[in-house]
Amino acid sequence: MIVRIPTVLRSYTGIDVVEIESAATLAAAVDALDARFPGLRFRIIDEQRAVRPHIKFFVDGALTRDLAAPIPTARELMIVGALSGG
Amino acid sequence: MAASARKAAVGTPRATTLLIATRKGLWTLASDPPRRKWKLTGPDFLGHIVHHAIKDPRDGKTLLAAARTGHLGPTVFRSTDRGRTWKEAAKPPAFKEGSGRTVDHTFWLTPGHATQPNVWWAGTSPQGLFRSADGGVNWTGVDGFNDHPQRKAWCGGDQDGTPDGPKLHSIVVDPRDARHMYISMSSGGTFESHDGGADWKPLNKGVRADFLPQPDPEFGHDPHCMRLHPNDPDRLYQQNHTGIFRLDRPADRWTDIGATMPKSVGSIGFPMTLHPRDPDTLWVFPMDGSDVWPRISPAGRPAAYRSVNGGKTWQRQATGLPKAQAWWTVKRQAMTADNAPTVGVYFGTTSGEVWGSRDEGRSWKCLAQHLPHIYAVESV
Repeated sequence: MIVRIPTVLRSYTGIDVVEIESAATLAAAVDALDARFPGLRFRIIDEQRAVRPHIKFFVDGALTRDLAAPIPTARELMIVGALSGG
Repeated sequence: MAASARKAAVGTPRATTLLIATRKGLWTLASDPPRRKWKLTGPDFLGHIVHHAIKDPRDGKTLLAAARTGHLGPTVFRSTDRGRTWKEAAKPPAFKEGSGRTVDHTFWLTPGHATQPNVWWAGTSPQGLFRSADGGVNWTGVDGFNDHPQRKAWCGGDQDGTPDGPKLHSIVVDPRDARHMYISMSSGGTFESHDGGADWKPLNKGVRADFLPQPDPEFGHDPHCMRLHPNDPDRLYQQNHTGIFRLDRPADRWTDIGATMPKSVGSIGFPMTLHPRDPDTLWVFPMDGSDVWPRISPAGRPAAYRSVNGGKTWQRQATGLPKAQAWWTVKRQAMTADNAPTVGVYFGTTSGEVWGSRDEGRSWKCLAQHLPHIYAVESV
C-alpha cells in the first residue's frame, strides 16, 4: 500500500509517498508508519487512540476516522492535514 | 535587604540571550556585553506554536521547547548543543490511555533540582503534571497529581478554564529540597507537595477568588504566574486573576500586595518576574481586567510596575514605552530578568515586540519587532 504523506509530516518521512506492507486496519497502517518514522503516530493520533481534530485519513479515496476499520486490500492511504486555522 | 542586594550589582557587564517562544516559532535575541546591541536569529520550528523554551541552568547547554502545530499534536523538542540542533522527545507528555484525557499542549517546562541533573517537569493544558528522568527524552505522568482523587474538584473539567485552555504552570522546586514543590493552575489555584509530587495540598488562603460563590474557597483560584525567590525560598509571589499576593513561609496565608497599585491601573495582570538577588524586588505588567476583560494595557498606555520593598509600594516604569494607543499586553511566561550586575528586565508582547531595560526598568527600548504573538521570553 502506498501512503501519501502531507507536508506537515514530512519532517518525519522526508518524502511524500511511502510504501508499506498491506495492513489489517487503519491503526495497523499508522503503527507501521510509526515503526519506520518514530514519533509520527502521536502527532496524528492522541493518547486515547482518537484521530487528532485536524487530521483526515482517506482510504482509497474514502474518508474514514475509524482506526479499527479493516483495510486489508486498500491500495492507497492518503493523510491530510486539514483546516487548522491561521 | 533590598538596598544591599541591589548594591551587589557592581561588576563586569554581561551579555544576555533571550529565547523568544511565539505562536509561529522560536527566535533568539542575543546582546553584546553592555546589552546595547542585540541580534535576532531564527526562526527555529517555523510555523510551530511554541509555548515555552528554556535552557537548563545545570549544564548550560540543554534547551527544551514545548511545541505543537495547528494540525499536529503536542511534543517536546530537545537540544543538547545550545540550540544548534534539535531532536524530538521519544515519548512526549501524554495522559494514560483509558483516562479519557488528552494533552492539548505542553505549556510550561521547569528544570529539576540541582541534585537531579536529568530531571525535568512539564505542565500541560488541560492541567497535567509530567516528569522526565532522562533530560526530556521520555516523559511520564505524575500520578500523585494526575490521578489524585481531588484533581477534578480542584481543576474543573478539561473544557473549563482560560481562552486558550486550562493550564498547569509555575512549577517550582525548592532549591533546598528536591521533594518540596509548588504548582499553580489556571484555574485551580496553587498547590504544594512535600514528597516530590506524590501528594498535593491546596495553598490558597488569603487569595481572592471573587469570581466564585464562596468568599474564601480552599481551591479553584486563578493564579496567572507564581514565583519563588532563589535566595529566599520561603518567599513566594503570585500575579493572580484578582491581584498580586505574597507569601512568606511557613505561613500559609497570602498577603494582598496589589492594593497599593494605582486604582486607575489596578493589580490584574499575567506576568511577574523577580530580581535575581533581591527577594524584595519584583516587576509586574498590569493589564485591563475590567468590564469584559479586554486583556490589553490599561488605557492603551503600557507600563511595568516595580516594587523594591516586597510589594508595600510600587513605581510605574514606562520611560521609553509608547505613551498612548498601544493595545498590546504581556502573557504570563513573557517577562524575565537577567542576572547582570545591573539587572536587565525584558518582556515580549502579544503584538510581537520585545522590549528590554538594561537599568532595572527605569527606561525601556524596543529590541525586536514584527515577530508573531509572543508566548514566552526566557533569559538564558
